[in-house]
Amino acid sequence: RSGGSVRGGRQPPGDAGLSRAEPPARDGRSGEEEEEEEEGCYQLYPGHIPTSPLQKALLAAGSALMALCDPYRHDMVAVLGETTGCLALPNLRDKMKHHPEGYRILQERPRIRLSTLDMSKLRGLPDGSLGREYVRFLEDNKVSPDTRMPPKFVDDEELAYVIQRYREVHDLMHTLLGMPTNMLGEVVVKWFEAVQTGLPMCVLGAAFGPVRLSARKLQVLATELVPWAIRSGRNASCILNVYYEQRWEQPVESLREEIGIFPPPAVRV
Amino acid sequence: MAAAGLCPCRALLSGRGGALRALCGAVRGLAAGPETHFGFQTVTEAERREKIYQVFESVAKKYDVMNDSMTLGIHRVWKDILVHKMNPSPGTLLLDVAGGTGDIAFRFINYVRSARERQLQRKLKNHQNLSWQEISESYQEDKFKLLGDSQVVVCDINKEMLKVGKQKAQHLGYSEGLSWVLGNAEELPFDDDKFDVYTIAFGIRNVTRIDLALEEAYRVLKPGGRFLCLEFSRVSNPLLSRLYDLYSFQVIPVLGEVIAGDWKSYQYLVESIRRFPPQEELKAMIEDAGFLKVDYQNLNSGIVAIHSGFKL
Repeated sequence: RSGGSVRGGRQPPGDAGLSRAEPPARDGRSGEEEEEEEEGCYQLYPGHIPTSPLQKALLAAGSALMALCDPYRHDMVAVLGETTGCLALPNLRDKMKHHPEGYRILQERPRIRLSTLDMSKLRGLPDGSLGREYVRFLEDNKVSPDTRMPPKFVDDEELAYVIQRYREVHDLMHTLLGMPTNMLGEVVVKWFEAVQTGLPMCVLGAAFGPVRLSARKLQVLATELVPWAIRSGRNASCILNVYYEQRWEQPVESLREEIGIFPPPAVRV
Repeated sequence: MAAAGLCPCRALLSGRGGALRALCGAVRGLAAGPETHFGFQTVTEAERREKIYQVFESVAKKYDVMNDSMTLGIHRVWKDILVHKMNPSPGTLLLDVAGGTGDIAFRFINYVRSARERQLQRKLKNHQNLSWQEISESYQEDKFKLLGDSQVVVCDINKEMLKVGKQKAQHLGYSEGLSWVLGNAEELPFDDDKFDVYTIAFGIRNVTRIDLALEEAYRVLKPGGRFLCLEFSRVSNPLLSRLYDLYSFQVIPVLGEVIAGDWKSYQYLVESIRRFPPQEELKAMIEDAGFLKVDYQNLNSGIVAIHSGFKL
């Protein structure tokens, strides 16, 4: 890729939409534009779509509605997280910066993907270790870490990594909390994440997720699971400050204790 | 061994690396054709065709839902107006280019069907003095064609759009008098002087060489045939223009992301509207292709315009 094109001065993302309404004035300079840089010089990372505040607000509202109407639209949950995370994400990033392990993660930017994981090695680890239990979780629930959406609407390259890390660590949360990927399990994890991260998307998911549950499940949720999730969430240190990739051999129980997650209640989820 | 023979060449290529790649790129560029636009980007003609194909492949399934959301259903009125302006009589042969999901074709069929019904009713009224036998014999003669020999050929360059159109036709019960053809507006797979009417609704904007498409339209129309084009155009009213731009750039890509999970295709859509020639320029292009009595009608202050011309 050759260097970025010069488009005669940067423009703040706020004007992004309106400024595009004047193409004829740009024709003289449009020849300099590269085909790949669709948004000119402010595409901060691959896949980034700069948006104005109005567009973010509309996206937040629209994605929230769509996620409620069609729970299979995971991309809408992702978009909701990105467009509403403007306070929580910098907060998380700062927490990471001020913690030695978190700081290292921000520097090294590890990614959890099937291509970066040595699945056979993890499978070979002893039962009860993080690596073994994580692989067991992936296989039992038939999920893969590669289905996480890359961020599009976060206007800061480092914060985009933070939300990407949060998404990729989600399955490890399931493992540490011992929750499956059914509706009840997801809601429990969302409660934990809501307390931990403060992301509005988690709060909304935790609040609205239960509407689709049966009465019996709601009871278990309200009496046992949610109180435990909240207690654990408050007690635990920041889950993004753990370099999971360097702790595959560590037993899950020991990691739970280290982070501060209480043992899960003995109920069938 | 062949591999050994290839090795030195490969080493040479990798050694020259960047320079050779740049040269190949330039040659490829020349071969691909002159520069044109894709929304607000500058691309080659070949790249543009490819990108547009991908846009419609991606949006095909949600095309109708998106049209309703973006225009709040008003696109249906625009298409109704187009067919009313056409005022087809039974027996008309229509070519609907870039007709993808069949909106114009279905309206055409409905229109000629009701026109035909009125025709038959009038006939029956005139025959009220005939005997039962004579009436039933006259049915045989007409073969009681509901459409009266009218036909519409839907032509589109995109397989996905045609697929959606065919499914829709099946779902809505349209079968008679309807054909689906895969074809390129710049090079139609039809013979000269074949059709009574040629329509292209919200399609000509996506054609890379509009002049070629207009020439093809002229070629396949019968003498006396009519060209009709429904397309987004230029809004002259400055206040409305600002509101329209605001809506287009702020709301439409969001709708694309939320409803279809596809921001980029709808970003392209609103950019392509701004790049398309305004009313007078399109009129001139249509005249250049040989059409006469070319005129246009603005709908909604120029958000959309219907251009019409005749092959005389």
